[in-house]
Amino acid sequence: MDEQYNEGLPDGQGQSAGNPRRDFLKKSTLLTAVALTPGVAVKAAENHVDEHVAAVFEKLPVDIEINGVKHNVLVEPRVTLLDLLREQLNLTGTKKGCDYGQCGACTVHVDGHRVNSCLTLAVMVDGKKVTTIEGLAKGDELHPMQEAFIKHDGFQCGYCTPGQIMSAVACVREGHAGSEMEIREYMSGNICRCGAYPNIVNAIMEVKAGGQQV
Amino acid sequence: MKQFQYIRPITQQSVLAAIAQPGTKIIAGGSNLVDLMKHGVMTPDKLVDINKLPLRNVSTVKNGVHIGSLALNSQVAEDKQVVAKFPLLSQALNAGASAQLRNMATVGGNMMQRTRCPYFYDVALPCNKRNPGSGCGALEGFNRMHAIFGMSEQCIAVHPSDMAVAMAALDATVIIAGKKGERRLPFVDFHRLPGNTPQLDNNLAKDELIVAVEIPENNYAAHSHYLKIRDRASYAFALVSVAAALDIDNGTIRSARLAMGGVAHKPWRLTAAEKALVGKPANAASFEQAAQVAMQGAKAFKDNAFKLKLAPAAIIEALTHAAGLA
Repeated sequence: MDEQYNEGLPDGQGQSAGNPRRDFLKKSTLLTAVALTPGVAVKAAENHVDEHVAAVFEKLPVDIEINGVKHNVLVEPRVTLLDLLREQLNLTGTKKGCDYGQCGACTVHVDGHRVNSCLTLAVMVDGKKVTTIEGLAKGDELHPMQEAFIKHDGFQCGYCTPGQIMSAVACVREGHAGSEMEIREYMSGNICRCGAYPNIVNAIMEVKAGGQQV
Repeated sequence: MKQFQYIRPITQQSVLAAIAQPGTKIIAGGSNLVDLMKHGVMTPDKLVDINKLPLRNVSTVKNGVHIGSLALNSQVAEDKQVVAKFPLLSQALNAGASAQLRNMATVGGNMMQRTRCPYFYDVALPCNKRNPGSGCGALEGFNRMHAIFGMSEQCIAVHPSDMAVAMAALDATVIIAGKKGERRLPFVDFHRLPGNTPQLDNNLAKDELIVAVEIPENNYAAHSHYLKIRDRASYAFALVSVAAALDIDNGTIRSARLAMGGVAHKPWRLTAAEKALVGKPANAASFEQAAQVAMQGAKAFKDNAFKLKLAPAAIIEALTHAAGLA
């Protein structure tokens, strides 16, 4: 993604000097980008008014605290929180499943509330605190929900698991883990195509019954 | 996703000035808009983020509750006052989407969400709502999820909201800000039928902003029920949903409120059926008669004829629950 931004810049700031293939990519990326930008920018590009094109591509500064670490990043407005985490900050624990808010694999906590990071624009998380699956364990000590998922075999392929666990922690914190029925209802935003649901519910029930701080 | 500019105004005045410009679109929770932008269905040049506006509170006002348009779906669903006085609304909100999406979606955004008609969502297919004049793919196509009331030759899509069905039933009012000040619109008049302009989902002007929804006090809290029928037990759009509210005095219905979701281009308020219930005993015979009245004028397409049986059955079921007879 970073590369694409650089190659989209009109003033040769991309890192493609001397490589014909990359030069071609750079030009075609720019053309595609211009074709997709508002009329005013296209007009500016035609007139070789580079500043105006640059203004459209402008990255915005975002202050964001992730798992207790403060980051100041520059992102395009269209970058989702999910892509910021995975592509720019190398926090790949949060998974991209459907990318349309239908599967829950990308679930993270923003200011303590679980959300779908694939439908959250990173610029809109400015000034907020994000917790991802990487932020649950305390050093080598797993979070009780992580322990419970292992104990109860709450996964098979594991792809949905980070989202399931983030959602499960929120489910208990919200007070929606009072019964099997309630857990199933409040975990319905997390799809598991391996069908580990009974084990996931058991893991959550155990954590809830244990009464630990989650 | 197509590139766009992003601004985050801090006053209502600057929001109103920004959204009056062509190519702009308000973003609040983004749970539907970002999805639509990823699909290329909506392609704004500029997003106006309104989250800095002080519109997030749920508060008591004279004769009712005032719900700011930026109040989150999860926040309203769990608000003590809403749960106590308008449990129908709380139930409807909790029937919608997932816990994650309810933490993102706002009240105003819920009202403004677009139909989930697959022909609207797929930019390769004809759709008069997305691309006026291109035709309605659903009319002769796969139309299992589609309308049985109020559709036109141009569009047979349904409005997907659960929250809006409860608000329509509860006589809510929408408070709208524009350049000339505020106006109040009955909730039932907010969304519109497709007619010849299916690209318009509602009566909000391009340069207007929803600031709140108000719901008046009522006597329905003891006897209300939101029933949602869907393809799986949770996290799916309604095939048919029913918001039912009764004011029962000694077994006799003093007044009733009924609205359906998943059956029309807007929340479908059933005023004739409500009238048919007034003065009747709260029993199965009254509910069956009301369901019959409610279904007058319904029309099915190739794949959704099941709704002609499902809808009246759902009305009876919802009323039975609301009356405490289930």
